[in-house]
Amino acid sequence: MDRYRGNSQAIADLVKGHAIHRDVYVNEEIFELEMEQLFPNSWIYIGHESQIRNTGDFITSKIGNQPVLASRHRDGQVYVMHNRCPHKGVKIASEPCGNTGKFFRCPYHAWSFKTDGSLLAIPLKKGYEGTGFDTDQAARGLTRIENVKIYRGLIFVRLADEGLSFEEFFGESLSTIDNMADRSPEGELEVISQPIRYMHTCNWKMLVENQTDTCHPMVAHESSAGTAVSVWEREKHNFTKTPMAVQLYAPFMSPYEFYEGAGIRVWPNGHGHTGVSGSIHQDYEDVDGYQDMMVEAYGKDRAAEILGDIRHNTVYFPNIMVKGPVGILRNFIPLGVDKTLVESWVFKLKGAPDKLYERALMYNRFINAPTSIVGHDDLEMYERAQEGLLSNGNEWVNLRRLWEDEEPEDTTEVVNGTSERQMRNQFYAWRKFMVQNMDQTVEAAE
Amino acid sequence: MTRDDLIDFVYDEAATIDQMRWDDWLALFHTDGRYWMPLEWQQDDPILQPSLMYEDRLLLTVRVERLAGERTFSQKPKSRCHHLMERPRVLSVGEDDGVYKLRTSFIYTETRGDLLERYSGWVGHELVEVDGALQIKLKRIDLINFDAPFSNIQLFI
Repeated sequence: MDRYRGNSQAIADLVKGHAIHRDVYVNEEIFELEMEQLFPNSWIYIGHESQIRNTGDFITSKIGNQPVLASRHRDGQVYVMHNRCPHKGVKIASEPCGNTGKFFRCPYHAWSFKTDGSLLAIPLKKGYEGTGFDTDQAARGLTRIENVKIYRGLIFVRLADEGLSFEEFFGESLSTIDNMADRSPEGELEVISQPIRYMHTCNWKMLVENQTDTCHPMVAHESSAGTAVSVWEREKHNFTKTPMAVQLYAPFMSPYEFYEGAGIRVWPNGHGHTGVSGSIHQDYEDVDGYQDMMVEAYGKDRAAEILGDIRHNTVYFPNIMVKGPVGILRNFIPLGVDKTLVESWVFKLKGAPDKLYERALMYNRFINAPTSIVGHDDLEMYERAQEGLLSNGNEWVNLRRLWEDEEPEDTTEVVNGTSERQMRNQFYAWRKFMVQNMDQTVEAAE
Repeated sequence: MTRDDLIDFVYDEAATIDQMRWDDWLALFHTDGRYWMPLEWQQDDPILQPSLMYEDRLLLTVRVERLAGERTFSQKPKSRCHHLMERPRVLSVGEDDGVYKLRTSFIYTETRGDLLERYSGWVGHELVEVDGALQIKLKRIDLINFDAPFSNIQLFI
């Protein structure tokens, strides 16, 4: 008997704010409902426009557990459709990216579709004459997804027919994407490399919460960042300047006071970011020529405004993190209740010096790769939590840090940077979008 | 250096890792040595293209010291590894540039707790002679599945 399906009260009861029931991380039915409800109701990132520049280019992705396809049509537009042939359900595109030429062709029976998804041809078409096929959904080709928004090149999709508009969903949180793109003198981002991929045996939400967890780096990453600092202290007399690697690692050992002062900003609908008035990215060495390029592109004041806004991690509900000042996007892709694939992408800033791209690639390699000594300890924590939560000794996760009674939910506010407020903020949104448009089959809470 | 010296070096280096003699392993690297695991088939640029690892001696030192730490949580319990290597092929004895080049096919196994993972690929060594001993200028690991998602890889292929 389903405990949660059709029972919005039971789902809502999992989120008290200062306490979250463990079922959100370990219960299979909740995971299925996230696939059926939460992901389709939200605006989900599927890729960047620069990955599909030319006519016939395509990328494949997933929204929840549904395979989707985005392609560049000859009218110059990007079309997003369900990646399944309307005949027997075969995935039309089987690779992460490519160019299909003038049309898609299903390898099973050669049904073909234009690059906007519309049906082009079926071999031996006379077999469908007078059968009523023209009234079938299949006759319209690959099912198109209408709710698509491309913002600064980032492609977002909402599967559900009804829901918040893109602007309503994201609101002012788009300022992080703007800042990231504006760091390019041409105001443009480019994806020119494949992501680093890292498999995790834990629930996807643990990863998202960790992005704004400022009380863990000095503890969990003591062995990595701390060792980097102590080795550097010992060896630095052999160097004439601080290597890029050390500049990236050392700030991870910043003390609690630093994070408290840097602050956290929450926004409505579950978005939020660490590093309001400063961040671990604020003291990187200047890159030759970059400042001049930015002043030339934007003028002195606007350049200072862009470069002075040095956020840390921005969580875009439900499942991506954007590290604006470095140019990294992490996509936490749910595969199962205890399985998540993380894809970490690096954006190149068009027109900016190569040194910035070199640094971003280095950061991604050090922190987000399966070989990362920082990643190793994070994954260890998540895996231990995934197992520990099966204990019936305590069924609740505690998010009480800096809780205030009657904490408002959908609001914009800046708070102490060690607060667990953003994690709570994500769960208020989770609760809201899980039950939106859900069929109610149970009327009262049991 | 004879061909046998070069081949023995590759096997001995792998044994040093399998025996977890980390300081001895670090000492095999030239001061400008690099350990590189590309992210792409036939990748030629470790700087402006992404890699899984690209480390100099300083960073390898950080890794090795971290393995001995009391608060290295991802190493409780500790990982162990095993290198199974085909006979290394000597590609160059450095007549032109003094750099010895070898390429070796391998299966690498890493285990921790009840989990065990295997990785297949090729390791390329570029070695130079310093004070009569061989040192690693470049160790390059080309995994056959460089674009697959991995869980933690904690020791050294």
